[in-house]
Amino acid sequence: MSTEAKTRPLIVSVSPHVRDDESVAKIMWTVNFALLPAFIMAVYYFGPRAAYVTALCIATSVLSEYLFQRWLKKKITVNDGSAFLTGLLLGLNLPSGVPFYIPLVGSFVAIVITKTLFGGLGYNIFNPALIGRAFLLLTWPKLMTKWIEPTAQFVGLDAKTTATPLGILKEEGLSKLIEHFGDKAGVYKSLLFGSTAGSLGETSAIALLIGAGILFYKRYITWHIPLSFLGTVALAAWIFGGKEGLLTGDPIIHVLSGGLMLGAFFMATDYVTCPTIKKGQIIFGIGCGAITMLIRLKGGFPEGVMFAILLMNCFAPLIDRNVKTDMFGAIKEKKK
Amino acid sequence: MSKVATFERGIHPKYNKEFSSGKPVTPAKLPQRIVVPLSQHIGAPAKCEVKIGDEVKRGQVIGSPSGFVSSPVHASISGKVIAIADFPTAAGRMVNSVVIESDGKDEAVVFKENPDYMNLGADEIRTMIKDAGIVGMGGAAFPTNVKLSPPKEKPIDTVILNGAECEPYLTADHRLMDERPREVIEGLKIIMKALGVKEGHVGIEENKPDAIKAMQSAASGEPNIKIHALEIKYPQGAEKMLIKAIKGREVPSKGLPMDVSVVVQNIGTALAVYEAVRYGKPLIERVVTVTGKGIREPKNMLVRVGTLMSDVIEQCGGLADGAVKVISGGPMMGFAQWTLDIPVTKGTSGILVLTEDEYAASDEYFSCIRCGRCVDICPMGLNPSMLSILAEKGFYEEAKEYSLFDCFECGSCAYVCPAKRPMVQFMRLAKSQVKP
Repeated sequence: MSTEAKTRPLIVSVSPHVRDDESVAKIMWTVNFALLPAFIMAVYYFGPRAAYVTALCIATSVLSEYLFQRWLKKKITVNDGSAFLTGLLLGLNLPSGVPFYIPLVGSFVAIVITKTLFGGLGYNIFNPALIGRAFLLLTWPKLMTKWIEPTAQFVGLDAKTTATPLGILKEEGLSKLIEHFGDKAGVYKSLLFGSTAGSLGETSAIALLIGAGILFYKRYITWHIPLSFLGTVALAAWIFGGKEGLLTGDPIIHVLSGGLMLGAFFMATDYVTCPTIKKGQIIFGIGCGAITMLIRLKGGFPEGVMFAILLMNCFAPLIDRNVKTDMFGAIKEKKK
Repeated sequence: MSKVATFERGIHPKYNKEFSSGKPVTPAKLPQRIVVPLSQHIGAPAKCEVKIGDEVKRGQVIGSPSGFVSSPVHASISGKVIAIADFPTAAGRMVNSVVIESDGKDEAVVFKENPDYMNLGADEIRTMIKDAGIVGMGGAAFPTNVKLSPPKEKPIDTVILNGAECEPYLTADHRLMDERPREVIEGLKIIMKALGVKEGHVGIEENKPDAIKAMQSAASGEPNIKIHALEIKYPQGAEKMLIKAIKGREVPSKGLPMDVSVVVQNIGTALAVYEAVRYGKPLIERVVTVTGKGIREPKNMLVRVGTLMSDVIEQCGGLADGAVKVISGGPMMGFAQWTLDIPVTKGTSGILVLTEDEYAASDEYFSCIRCGRCVDICPMGLNPSMLSILAEKGFYEEAKEYSLFDCFECGSCAYVCPAKRPMVQFMRLAKSQVKP
C-alpha cells in the first residue's frame, strides 16, 4: 500500500454511497411538531387538563414501547418519535374530562397490541392511535363521549358538559346547531378556531391546517389522501346531508367539524397504514370519506372518521396490490 | 424559456461537481507498473497473447477477443511482462491480468492513420473499433462494435451521445466536451456512419453550460446533429431515460435501446472511436475524475489503463484526513473498494474518495414504513418498497412479478429511503435467486 494515511480499513458497502438526510425519526418528530398548534389550541380551550391527558398518553406510549421491546429483546426504537406520535395523536383524540386510566389503557392497546405485537413500526395493519381510541370508545362509551364545554379557562371534571356540533346536528338538526352558535357564520367561526366541544385536538380547524401546511411544505404528505377524503365528505354532505332533500346539505360544517381535519391530514396519511401508490391513495381517501359520511348520516354514532380510517386500513394492502405503478416501457410490452 | 428535455420521476442529489469541474485534464505520470485485466468488458474475457518475460510496446495486443461479445486488450506502456495471474478488480471480482513492468521508454507500436476516415465503409469502421478494444466507457463496458452491429430486424435511425454525466462528483465527460468538442463530434459522425444513421443527438445536463456551448459550436456545421440541454436530474444519463428525454421513445420493459431504433454512446467512447479510426490508436488511456473531500487535490487525469488507483491518488496529493471510502465510479452506482491496489480499467470513470461527513455512515436500517418515496421517484416506475420487502422475506418469485428485472440499480430508491434500507442490495439479492 503506497498511499499514506491508511490508518484504518476502508469501508466497503453497496451503492449508493450517498443518501439524502431524511430519516424516519426526522419525519416522525416533524409530524409531532406539526401537531403543536392543535395541542396549543387544546390547552387554550380545555385548560391544563388537556396537557395532562396528552402527556399521560405520550408517557404511556413511549414507556410501553420501550418495555415491550426490551422484554421481546427487539431493537429499542422509542427515539424514532413514532411512539411519541401515537401517544400525542391518541391524546388529541380524547375528551378532556377522561379519568387517568383512559389514557393509560388506550396507549397500551395502541402501542402494545396494535403496533408492537404486529411487528413494530412498518408492520402494523391499523393506525395504532385509532385502534386505541376505538377500544376506549367501545369499552367506556359514556366516558368517551362526555364532552366538556370549552371555556378557555381551567375547568374541573365537574364542568359543564355539552354535545359536539356533529352530535347536535345529528340529534337536533342544523337549525338547532345554528341557534346554539348564534348564526351560521358563528358556527363556521367556532369550528375554525375550535371553541366547540369535541376531542382535544380536533376542534380547531385552523390549528390543524397550520400543521398540515408544515407537512405539505416538507413534502411529508401529498394532496392525494386529504383532498380525496375531504372532497368526498364535502360532496356527500352536500348531496345527502340536507333535511330538505338532495343537494341541500352544508358541506362546510361537515368538513370543519368532528375529527375530519385531524383524521384527513394526520391519521389517514399515516404511511404504514395507507397505500403507498398515489392512485391507490385517492381510492383510499374516497373510501374514508364515503364511510365517514355513511356513519355520520345513517349510523349510530354522530362521528365516523375513526371507523372509516380503520376500515380503509384493512383495504390498504389490497389496494396496493391491485393498483399498478406507472411502469416505464409497460405500454409497448403489452403490444407485443 | 425553452423547455429542457427530461424523463419522469428521478431524484436531485447534491452534485458536488465543483471539486473538479474547473480542472483541465492533465496526463498522469507514466506508471512504473501496470495491471491489465483481460476482462474489462461485458462478455467473454480476452485470450492472453503474451507470456511472462515478453517485451511489449504501447498499443500492442496482449489479449485477443474470444468471441463475438468480447474485446481485445492492449498494453498501455512499453516494458516487460512480469506476471500473469488473478488480480482484484473494481467490481470485486478476481480477474486474470497481465502485469507489465515499465522500461521507461514508452515506445509505441506503429498506429495506422486514416486522414480520409469519413470515406471508410461501415464494416471497416466496425473492425477498427473492435481492434482498438473500444468498450462503453460510461461504466458498463459493453463492446462498442457489438452495439454498432445491430441485428437486421432492429433498424437504427438515431445515435445519442450521453453527455448527461448525471452521477454526482464526476466531471470526466464534462471536461472532454469542454476541451475536445470537435473530436467528440467527429467520433459521433463516425458512429453514425457505421450505423448508416442520419440523426445524431448529444444530451447534456444544464449544469454544464460551457460544455453545451462548446459542443454547439463544434456541431454548428452539422445539420444532422443536435445538442440538447437536459434537466439536472438523476439518472438522466441512464440509457432509457436519455432516449425518453431526447426522442420521447420508451424502451419496452426488458428491452434494449435498439428496440426503439436508438444506439446510445458515451462521450469518452465517441472520442476513443475518433482516435481509433482517425489515428489507429487503441483504447489504452482514459480520463478519470479523481475527486471527493477525501482527495487532497481533486483532478481530471488522463490515465493509462492498468494504472493502480494508489498511483493515481498519490498524484492527486494522496488521501485527505477522514477519508473512509474509496469508490470506483460515482457515488450512486460506483463500487466501494477494499484496497487501493486496483487497476484503472476502460470503464473507470472516476475515483471518488468520501470522508466520514460526506458518506452516510450508518449501516443500520429499519423496517419499511411504506412512505412511498421510492415509488414516487423510481425512474422505471417500479414499486421498490414492495420489491425490497419481498426480497427481505425471501419471496423472490413474487418479486419477479413486480418487474424486478426492469430495475437497473440506479440507487435512487436507496438514496431517498428514510429507513435507510439497502434497496440495491435487496434487488441484487432477489435477482441472483431467480431466473429472468
